[in-house]
Amino acid sequence: MYPEEFQYTKDHEWIRLDGDTGTIGITDHAQKELGDIVYVELPNSGEEVIAAETFGTVESVKAVSEVFSPVTGKITAVNSKLQEHPELLNSDPHAGAWLIRVLISDPKELEGLMSSEEYEAYIQEAESS
Amino acid sequence: MDLAMPAESRPKRTALYSTHQAAGARMMEFGGWEMPIEYAGITQEHLAVRQRAGLFDVSHMGEIAVRGPRALAFLQSITCNDVSRLSDHQAQYSALMYPQGSAVDDCVIHRMGENDYFICVNAANTRKDFDWLADHNSVGAELENVSSQYSQLALQGPKAAAILGKVTGADLASIRTYWFTPAQCCGVVGILARTGYTGEDGFEFYFSPEHSEGVWNALLDAGKDEGVQPVGLGARNTLRLEAGYALYGHELDENTTLLEANLGWICKLDKGEFLGRGALLKQREQGVGKKLVGFEMAEAGIARDGYAVWIEGEKAGQVTSGSPAPFLKKNIGLAYVPPAAAQPGHEFMIEIRQRKVRARQVILPFYRRPK
Repeated sequence: MYPEEFQYTKDHEWIRLDGDTGTIGITDHAQKELGDIVYVELPNSGEEVIAAETFGTVESVKAVSEVFSPVTGKITAVNSKLQEHPELLNSDPHAGAWLIRVLISDPKELEGLMSSEEYEAYIQEAESS
Repeated sequence: MDLAMPAESRPKRTALYSTHQAAGARMMEFGGWEMPIEYAGITQEHLAVRQRAGLFDVSHMGEIAVRGPRALAFLQSITCNDVSRLSDHQAQYSALMYPQGSAVDDCVIHRMGENDYFICVNAANTRKDFDWLADHNSVGAELENVSSQYSQLALQGPKAAAILGKVTGADLASIRTYWFTPAQCCGVVGILARTGYTGEDGFEFYFSPEHSEGVWNALLDAGKDEGVQPVGLGARNTLRLEAGYALYGHELDENTTLLEANLGWICKLDKGEFLGRGALLKQREQGVGKKLVGFEMAEAGIARDGYAVWIEGEKAGQVTSGSPAPFLKKNIGLAYVPPAAAQPGHEFMIEIRQRKVRARQVILPFYRRPK
C-alpha cells in the first residue's frame, strides 16, 4: 500500500530520494481525508523550501490544507499537471500526482522521517482513536 | 472518552447517527450536533440533488410551537414577515428580530391553524431562539420547544416528487411551494412540506423520531431507480450557496440588518409594529452600512468564509461564504461590501493567504432551477 522506498511525515507527506533530489507528495491517507481535491497551489521552480514549513496548499470543496516540506532545499521541478487536473491527487497520490522535486541541502533531515511500516502503524493508530 | 465533559457541551446526535456511520459517512460537529458531512463525496452528492434526488437528515433543526389566541399577535410582533397572510397549511420564510433590525435567526413559520403555528429554526440557535421568544412574550402566547418531538428529513431534487409519490397517499401535485399538509409517508404520520434549502423542488417531512430509521431506509429504497443518494451537510452548504440562500452566522448575525442582507423582501414594514421595524425604516431612509453581493472568482483561486475583500487598495469588506460550486463549476461566494461598491460586473480583490486575487460581482442567485 505505502511504497517502501518512500519516507513519511506525521503530516502525511511522502518523500522519495533519488541521489540528492527528493520528490515530495501527499499520501493516500491524506487524499482520502481531504475528499475531492479541486485546487492545488504550489510555489515556483527555483524557490526555496524549509523543513517543516508550508510550501503550498491542497484544497477540497470544503477545506484548505497546507502541505509541509519534509526537507530543506531548492525546488527543481513543480508538477504542472495538477493545475488542470487537481483530481489526480485523489487517483494517483503516490506517483503521477507528485507535487515538487527538491535539491536537498541537508540529507540528515531525512533521519527523523517514518518508514512505510511505521507510517502504516501511525495511521492505523490515528484511525482507531 | 472525556467523562468530565458537562452534558451541554457533548455534541448531540440525531436518531440516525448509527445509520449514517454504517453508511460510511464522515461525521463532524456542527452547531452542537454530530452530523454527516459527506457520504460518497460532496461533489457527487451535490450533483445528485441537481440532477436526480438527495436525502438529507436535518433532524438537528429546531421546532418551536406557538399556540393559543395570542399566537398570531405574538408572531407579528417578533418577526419581520406578515404572518397574517398565511392560510392554514401555508408557510413563509421569515426572521426572529432584534430591535436593531437584525435577525436572532432566520426561520420558516408554518400555520397549522388559526391558533396553531410552528417555527422551524436553525439547529445552532434553537435554545437562543426559544429564550428570546419567551423573554418577549408579554402578550401571553403558548410557547413550547418541540424539537425533541420531531425528526426531519429533506428529499430534494427534480425526482423528489416522483420518488415521494410512491410512498405517500398525499396529492403532491396539489402542494405548492411553501405549503404543507399532514400526511402519511412510508406509513408514518407527519407533516409534509414543499420547502427546502437547495434551490431544487423538494419536500421536508417532520415526524416522530422513533420512525427515523424506517422512513430513511424506505425513502432510499423508493428512490433506487431514480438514483437517490444520501446527502450530508457539506453538499447542503454548496447547494444553498449556489441558490444564493443565507446561512445564519455567515450572511446573517446580530450586527447585520435584513436590508443589508438582501432580505428586504421578507420585511413587511407596513404590516404594523414589530421589533426592529423602526431601525429598518430608518435604514431604508438613510441607507445601509454595507451590502451583500454575490461574486465569482475572475482568476484562479478559491475564496473562503472570512477572507478579506480589498477595494482600491484598502480592506473594505469580508467574504461571508465562499466555496467551489460543484454544479456551476466555478468558485463563488457572498460578501459584504460598502454600498457604493455594490454593482454587478464590478470587480474587487480577495485576500487569499499572501495573494490578492480578482473576483467579479454577479447577479444573484448564482443558480436558478430550470422551469
